[in-house]
Amino acid sequence: MKAYAAVIGARFRMLLQYRMAAVAGLGTQVFWGLIRMMFFSAFYRSTTAHQPMSLADVITYIWLGQAMLGMLPWIIDREMRAMIRSGTVAYELARPLDLYTFWFCRDIARRTAPTLLRAVPMFAIAGLFFGLQPPQSWAAGGAWALTTLGALLLGTAIANLLNVSMLWTVSGQGISTLMVAAVAIFSGMYVPLPFFPVWARTVLDVLPFRGLVDVPLRLYMGHIPPSEILPLFAHQLAWTLGLIALGRALLARGTRRLVIQGG
Amino acid sequence: MPHIIVENLAKTFRIAERKPGTWGALKGVIQRRYRTVSALDGVSFSIQPGELVGYIGPNGAGKSTTVKVLSGILVPDSGSCEIAGRVPWKERISHVRNIGVVFGQRTQLWWDLPVIESFDLLRDVYRVPGTEYIASRDELIGLLEFDRFLDTPVRQLSLGQRMRCDLAAALLHSPPLLFLDEPTIGLDAVSKLKVRDFVKRLNRERGVTVILTTHDMDDIEALCTRVMVIGQGRILSDGTLKDLRTRVTRERRLTVDLVDETQEVSVPDAAVVKRDGYRVQLSFDPDRVSAASLIGRITARHPVRDLYVENPPIEEIIAQMYEKERL
Repeated sequence: MKAYAAVIGARFRMLLQYRMAAVAGLGTQVFWGLIRMMFFSAFYRSTTAHQPMSLADVITYIWLGQAMLGMLPWIIDREMRAMIRSGTVAYELARPLDLYTFWFCRDIARRTAPTLLRAVPMFAIAGLFFGLQPPQSWAAGGAWALTTLGALLLGTAIANLLNVSMLWTVSGQGISTLMVAAVAIFSGMYVPLPFFPVWARTVLDVLPFRGLVDVPLRLYMGHIPPSEILPLFAHQLAWTLGLIALGRALLARGTRRLVIQGG
Repeated sequence: MPHIIVENLAKTFRIAERKPGTWGALKGVIQRRYRTVSALDGVSFSIQPGELVGYIGPNGAGKSTTVKVLSGILVPDSGSCEIAGRVPWKERISHVRNIGVVFGQRTQLWWDLPVIESFDLLRDVYRVPGTEYIASRDELIGLLEFDRFLDTPVRQLSLGQRMRCDLAAALLHSPPLLFLDEPTIGLDAVSKLKVRDFVKRLNRERGVTVILTTHDMDDIEALCTRVMVIGQGRILSDGTLKDLRTRVTRERRLTVDLVDETQEVSVPDAAVVKRDGYRVQLSFDPDRVSAASLIGRITARHPVRDLYVENPPIEEIIAQMYEKERL
């Protein structure tokens, strides 16, 4: 266990040193947040029909989403891609570590360190100037924290599946492009899931992506009462475990047919 | 008991091919053609504990593939391999705990971090106890002389500095077996000597078994008692450097410095291979004519300033060998 904790710790510390990237990322995310806010404000002004969420809730949703953006598993880790392309992955296999767990730890660090760097100032900025509300209650806050942890594990399991897929595709470009669309839409990142038609939601409720954004964010603002957390958290965990099992099985097959690029 | 036993190892790779140009690229979308390349084609050998074995062959011969199979990274198609009683790819984790690996063309250090941080991480990954770690680390730092750039980010190191750090990184957990895949590639003369010295001491003093692949024949001459030559996935020769020489050619060289620059030299049983001013290089077969009688005949006919007998450079031997086997 200590070895894996050390991997997370070391990568975490390494990622924290990229301050300029954090500042640039923060700027971009605030900018996109403002655009999404304007988009929804215009939409609410132009409609009189009853909407599934109030504008104030949507705005909180947007800023929370922007703050947690770095946790979404939609782009394959740059370093991971470079490693597969150049063949440095050989060194990863020469370590006395279980490769799946090793990569899982790597990915957890990549999902947490940059997000932490950006989320804290983002909460401050959006809370002071752009209408981000605090959690609806202590219980809602707790439910959000727990399901955010669930979202982190789920996101990492998805990301690791993408990592493993590179043993076949080498570039990972195509899958990355597909995942951006799937994750952004199906998780409720672009448009909150309550706005989707009922038939679509019955499907989206089953898919894993919901657990990444929709579940923690709506728990935060009390749009889903904290009392309903159990099946949602179980949904996250079940998918996480399922995807881990799938990732492990694929990795076991992938390493058997592994080709180290570049001799 | 041998440290490493390899029997009939085979590994093929499938390589996607397409014709060059746009048309070739378009055709490749519809129909993929694959070519099967046999990287290892029945490789067998065994290595005793404490041996320092050179493993050479032209590019693409299967050297790196062998090293990767032996270090548990690649799974062979067939054949068997046992290292310290373990099958590398089946018991990968316990196997790699007992080996050190250096791939000369890649680094295992973290590009953006000071060297020492990579070391600290490796300590935890290999679970080296604190006191042992400090002792082993400091010894390696001393031997490889890199205390000056321990706090430098890896990306700012020169290749020679980086290689010394990479060597140390592979040995922090004191493995009894070390794989070096082209450890001197691209290094300057001083760094090469340092690396060689270090590997030699490691082998002599700590008894570490070393397998070294290289294209640098000076590495082989300086370090290895035993050389294995691989070509097209098969072991072509396995033995001492001397064996290798006699196998390929019995030829020896006699270099003569004449007093008179214009004099022609012609002796039976020896051929002039090079003439450079007053310096003449002759090649002869010691089975047909002994060096002593050849020298006697030459000095009787020509005034000579200096002369010496040597073996043809190992590079030439290897080149001849590759040529012979049409590699």
